[in-house]
Order: sequence, then structure tokens, then C-alpha cells
Amino acid sequence: MIPPGWPLAAQGGPVIPDFGKGSDCVVENRLFCPDWVRDNWSGTLQPALVEHVKLTLIAVAVGFALSFAAALATHRFRLFEKPMVAFAAIVYTIPSLALFQLLVPVTGLTVATVEVALVGYTLLILYRNILEGLRSVPPDVLEAARGMGLTRRQTLLRIELPLAVPATMAGLRVAVVSTIALATVAALVIPQGLGYPIFLALHEAFKTEILVAAALAVGLALVADALLVVAERALTPWNRTRRAT
Amino acid sequence: MTASLTVFGDALEFVVDERRLILHKTWEHLLLSGAAIAIALVIALPIGLWLGHKHRGSFLAVNVANLGRALPSLAVIAVGFVFLGVGFWSVALALVVLAIPPILTNAYVAVDGVQAEAVEAARGMGMTGRQIVTRVELPLALPLIFAGIRTATVFVVATATIAAIAGGGGLGDIIVNQAGYGLEGVVGAAICVSVLALLADGAVGLLQRALTPPGLRIEARAYEADLTTAPVRELTVPNVDGHRS
Repeated sequence: MIPPGWPLAAQGGPVIPDFGKGSDCVVENRLFCPDWVRDNWSGTLQPALVEHVKLTLIAVAVGFALSFAAALATHRFRLFEKPMVAFAAIVYTIPSLALFQLLVPVTGLTVATVEVALVGYTLLILYRNILEGLRSVPPDVLEAARGMGLTRRQTLLRIELPLAVPATMAGLRVAVVSTIALATVAALVIPQGLGYPIFLALHEAFKTEILVAAALAVGLALVADALLVVAERALTPWNRTRRAT
Repeated sequence: MTASLTVFGDALEFVVDERRLILHKTWEHLLLSGAAIAIALVIALPIGLWLGHKHRGSFLAVNVANLGRALPSLAVIAVGFVFLGVGFWSVALALVVLAIPPILTNAYVAVDGVQAEAVEAARGMGMTGRQIVTRVELPLALPLIFAGIRTATVFVVATATIAAIAGGGGLGDIIVNQAGYGLEGVVGAAICVSVLALLADGAVGLLQRALTPPGLRIEARAYEADLTTAPVRELTVPNVDGHRS
């Protein structure tokens, strides 16, 4: 549970740290204590990392599903592009900390609050990129598809969607990386993710925990980005050969 | 649902009743954001413009953007807290770090992307290097440069909320202190921050319109021109050397 008074690190006068038992390094609150990391990896850091990955995956998966459906519908009917982009842009502009708090009266201090906000932030990037990808198909390619006798559905599945992969993946990379960053703030609402140890450590001004948790969050974002680059290469073999020549 | 509506009603009441507190915190918020953006502009704009003018350092410019996206704002503020302690400047510096990537990358891409013909023509007219920068490249690059400034501004105003956790002041002070201000105070401050972010977005947008030469005015929102959320087509344009950003 959330300890009383958190996460007001800097409020209410100086905090006198009490790190209890531990090595000299921990008691003196030096910059980095490897032994603390070793002792708390499986109890604190690893669970936070796993929770963080879960929060991110759920948010991006739901956001992707919504954006994909909306982009397909827009591509077919061209109806609600402007309102959709306007809505997503406004959500995108609202500060994360504020959005989490605005949702609390509606959904409470739950994972749902966090996920709704995180999903909201992915919409603008994913929707616009998927739509842009679908629209990036050159007209003569579509003409050729029609000339080959492909139906609308076949054109979508065999031509438009594969050609939309690069734009979609570019959007996915931005969405995943920014969701990982935003999910740290979620710890203000629920005690989950890498933000939670950061908040707790800020409260006690405990340096090692702040630095390690922050480094894990940045590292997670960079690893996820790299994985998506590899996935994109695998999904677009035609780009690879073109690059090689 | 009615319960949550009551909370929003109470929140608005809180904002009206405590308007002096809200105004004071808003002022702190603007001061912090303004200082951070000003410093970031002084650092990032010259570097971006110079690199773009020389058509050098695309690797640096693009990777700064990618790294900037991967930095969780909470982590950056927490790390600033570790090294610089509690207070205004510690948080301001963290915000500067977060504001630099969009400004630098957009300035680089904007100037780098100015048509070679225009620069050539200017040189043919006998313009010096400095004149080319100030009279040709800068005006042509302005829309995209401002898109970066706009992104950075919205981002900084949003992130300054988190600053409260490290003693930076601002509206976040109320948002993270539910024990002191109650849920209505938290939600009220969250509404204020959201409005502030939207206003900041609009204000920079107006400034951008006013400063853009009439011949270049295009009906594009910042998000459409900005690299950090732009569809892949724009992301790949600056990389002449072929590898995707």
C-alpha cells in the first residue's frame, strides 16, 4: 500500500533519512551502493520492472487496437479524421500527472485509471501514423492492384497493410518509448512500475534507488526501441534488399 | 457517476475559493517553465541552426531526438534531485534537459531541409553566409523550428507539474498533496494545469503564425510538422544517408 505522506519528498521540511540496517554505503547514502541493488533486486526492482513492462504492453496493445480500427474506418469512409485528431491532440496536450488525477474521481485509484490515460496518449501518434502509412501507397500501385483484379479487401490485406508497416512501426516506436516514460508517473496513482521505487526513494532522498530505477526506465525504453527496429526490419524485407543495393 | 460529477463541481469551487493560492502556484509554474524554455532555447537553437546550416551532424541531431524521447521526465527530475538537491534550479535544469531534444532536432532538420536552390540563388545574388542564414534559411525554416519550440513548451509546462515532487513548486504542489488540499484541490489543480498546457500550446501557435512569413503560412498544426510525433515520411526525409532515424 501507499505509505502515508508520500510522495511529498520535498515538503514539510528536511527529511532525516533513516535507512536502518545496511552497509555503511547505504547508511551514509552514497551515490551508488551495489550491495543495496543486489539485496533489493528480486524484492523491489525486478517486480517494478515487470509491472512496468505489463503496464506498457497493455496500454500500447489497447491503443494500437483502437487506433488501427479508427484508421481503417477513416481510410475507408474519411469521416471522422478531423474530430479524431482534434480529440487525440487535446488528450496528448494534457499533462500526465493531471490526467491521472482527473480520472481518479471516475475510475478510482486503480490500474484502469492509469491504463485509460496511457492509452489516450498513444492514440494521436498511432492513429496518425497508421493512417499516413495506408495513404502512402502510391496511386499507380493501387491501379496495378486493380488491374490484376484484386478486390478491395485483397488490396487492403496484400498491398496497403504491408506497405503501411514502416509508418506504423515508426509510430509504434514512439508510442512504446513514450508510454514507458509516462508509466513512471503512474506510480502517483497506483504503487506499480518503476516510478514507485523512484517516488519512495525521493521521499527518503535515497540516491542509489533513484539512480537505479531511473536507469532501468531509460534502459527499458532503449531496449524496447531496439527490439522494434529489429521487428520492423523483419517485417519489411523489401526495404532491406533495397538498402543493400 | 454522480459522485464523480460532485468531485468536479467541488474542484471548480476550490479553484474559485482558493484563487489566490491557484494564481500564486500558476505564477511559480510559469516562472519555472519559462526559465527552462529560455535556457533550452539559448543552448539548442544555435547548435541546431549551425549544424543545419553546415549540413553536418545528422547522426547527432536525430539521436538526440531519440534519446530525448526515451528519457522519462520523472527519472530526469529524480536524477537532478540526486545531484543538485531540492529546489528551483535543480528542477529547472532537469526541464532544460527535456526541452533541448525537440528544439535542437527540429531546428537542425528545418534548416538542413531548406531547398538547396533557394540557398544557391541567395549566393548567386551575392549574399554572405550570415545573410543567407538570417534572410533565407531562417525564414524558410521558421515553421518547423517553431513546431519544435511548441512541442518543448507543452512538454515543459506538463512536466513542471512533476517538479513539485523535487521541490520545484508550481501547480504540482497541490496535485501531489491530497492530504493538504483534499481530492477537490487535487482535481482543481489538475484542471488548471491542463488548461495552462492547452493555453501554452495555443500561445506558441499564435506566435508561430505571427512570425511566419505570409508566403509560407500553411494550415498545419504543430503536431503535424513536428518530428517527435510526425508520420514516418517526414522522419525519413532528413536522413539522406539512408538509414532510418
